[in-house]
Amino acid sequence: MEIMNALALLSNYLVVPALAYGSQLALGALGVTLVYGILRFSNFAHGELMAFGTMAVILMTWFLQAQGISFGALPTELLALPVGILATVVLALGTDRVVYRFHRSKKSQPVIFLIASLAVMFFYSGLTRFIIGTADRNMGDDGARFIFTAREFKEWSGLDEGIALRTTQGITVVVTLVCVVALFWFLNRTRAGKSMRAYSDNEDLALLSGVNPERVVLIAWILAAALATVAGTMYGLDKTFKPFIYLQLLLPIFASAIVGGLGSPVGAVAGGFVIAFSEITVTFAYKRVLTYIMPGDNVPDGLVQLLSTEYKFAVSFVILVVVLLVRPTGIFKGQSV
Amino acid sequence: MKNLLVTTALAATLLSSAASAEDVKIGVLLGFTGPIESLTPGMGASGELAMKEVSDSGKFLDGSTVTPVRGDSTCVDSAAASAAAERLITSDKVSAIFGADCSGVTGAVLQNVARPNGIVMISPSATSPALSDAEDDGLFFRTAPSDARQGQVLAEVLTEKGVKSAALTYTNNDYGKGLAESIKTNAEAAGIEITIDSSHEDGKGDYSAEVGALAQAGGDVLIVAGYLDQGGKGIIQAALDTGAFDTFVLPDGMVGDSLPASIGDGLNGSYGTIAGTDSEGAAMFNKMAEDAGIKIDAYVGESYDAAALIMLAMQAAGSSNSADFKSKIMDVANAPGEKIMPGELGKALELLSEGKDIDYVGATNVELIGAGESAGSFREILVDGGAITTAKYR
Repeated sequence: MEIMNALALLSNYLVVPALAYGSQLALGALGVTLVYGILRFSNFAHGELMAFGTMAVILMTWFLQAQGISFGALPTELLALPVGILATVVLALGTDRVVYRFHRSKKSQPVIFLIASLAVMFFYSGLTRFIIGTADRNMGDDGARFIFTAREFKEWSGLDEGIALRTTQGITVVVTLVCVVALFWFLNRTRAGKSMRAYSDNEDLALLSGVNPERVVLIAWILAAALATVAGTMYGLDKTFKPFIYLQLLLPIFASAIVGGLGSPVGAVAGGFVIAFSEITVTFAYKRVLTYIMPGDNVPDGLVQLLSTEYKFAVSFVILVVVLLVRPTGIFKGQSV
Repeated sequence: MKNLLVTTALAATLLSSAASAEDVKIGVLLGFTGPIESLTPGMGASGELAMKEVSDSGKFLDGSTVTPVRGDSTCVDSAAASAAAERLITSDKVSAIFGADCSGVTGAVLQNVARPNGIVMISPSATSPALSDAEDDGLFFRTAPSDARQGQVLAEVLTEKGVKSAALTYTNNDYGKGLAESIKTNAEAAGIEITIDSSHEDGKGDYSAEVGALAQAGGDVLIVAGYLDQGGKGIIQAALDTGAFDTFVLPDGMVGDSLPASIGDGLNGSYGTIAGTDSEGAAMFNKMAEDAGIKIDAYVGESYDAAALIMLAMQAAGSSNSADFKSKIMDVANAPGEKIMPGELGKALELLSEGKDIDYVGATNVELIGAGESAGSFREILVDGGAITTAKYR
């Protein structure tokens, strides 16, 4: 029983939140890594693209709610998601047409693309704030908030420690799973996906084999925009929508993509979970867990906390630095940075 | 020709400044964007309400008018706040600054801009204890009490509620650190165990790690010394969702109507403190503000008082020059003299021009102590039925 209590405690404060946060990072990192693999630059505008997509979803949700349409126990945002994705795809393709295509035709250096993406980032952030403003918006306010609450779990299991699972956390993990499976199926099983991987592995060889580069780029942007919208919406549903926070999310997302290996989709997913879990496990206070596990009435002095939570960002950066030093291509052999 | 133009321009300037009635400009330096952007519109409007009252009275400095000029302090970015203050002083030529709001930027503006330019600053909401002993050349005042006092009051509230242990998290800046320090010292002196005190960063994506640590340390309540628009809200949301804490203690930065509105029923039963008073002046001010369409929220009364003090001191000194009127602020704020309520600024101006003493009471029962900060009365609030209600005044 003691062990079960310790496990419940860990699940509630560590595993469940880290799974949800890791899923959101993984979705974001997948978008970054796709753009890096195909277009060969770090897209700094990805965080703001997520914000834009989420904003489109929120606006559509308001419209649906005004029409009296809802999605039962699930948040209406899920119904609005396709429209949000569409709007974001249009924006991403439009940006590619007026900004990146010019640099592609001139075969510009990756650093020029990178700086251009920085400018695009400022443009997107202005656009989002212009349309919806800077304020905090609560998302997912209809539908059931919890799949089960901590109290319900305690009553059901008879344990002293409860586990709470929010609907949004469940949705986030399921949606991430669906997206990742669909993406991998697309990349490995379809002709378009294979041509994308070929283009990413060796551009010249792919061109010789008759791969149309503009088509590959088009698909890459569509996928990146769709992933950005899904990631942003999942994040917003789980926490809150505030344009400023999406800019801050860019850092852990890039860390995830680089740790996993830039350009490697498997790596992006793994990287997302590595970053999320390491941030929480290293700064977690294990006092109560140990109290349950340790025999007798031994209670550890102090909180048994490896690092105080102030250092949680340092943790992801230390991992980043170590990975770059030891294995510059990332855990799953992406391109070296 | 060029010389002639310059001379004419100079003459025109001299003429206009020689005229007795002038247009006095006062800078309104608040964080219109940033962590407390939901509070600042009310604060700004309330300061400007006082300025309008003074202008409309026609008795200010021989019929001078007052024009507010807004600047954005951002609440968190000292460089941006200093630049905004610099612009107010050098390009808009303000005579005094009403602001800034958050403690960190207020200290920065005071040292980098106000002191070098010799401009008086009155902040309605900077509460860091560190500002009490900052070098200020007699230029800095505040109508908000120091957090050293809020810590004592919070500790009293906790003791009365029978709290035995509490976890404490604070926003990682001057305000959060100063307040957390004061709460911790006072609570421990009152025999309340602080199980953990850890900081959180504002504007971050995920607070699971912070809440995890706080939950493990445990405690009867969680004290959140943060901002309601920022990390403070994220922490409370995550703590409620995981079932880590049911009751939250909310110091001033967390008290605002937007918090219960966005968190919902989970916040019911939480309590906190914010500078406030039930004096006659407060009621009068609330009515005035309501008529002017200003929502009564945190620091609205303090804002009115800060702006009023600036103008009353100018009248007492008979000059809008900071060097002249900085010494008059304590005089008009404190006894002796006729008591001045909100809405009576016209009467106060008249008394001052006759050379009589006034004791400005205003919306928040202003009594400046020490280096020019409010002695502080506090309002104990209770979140009940999804709204902030007043439990009592202390």
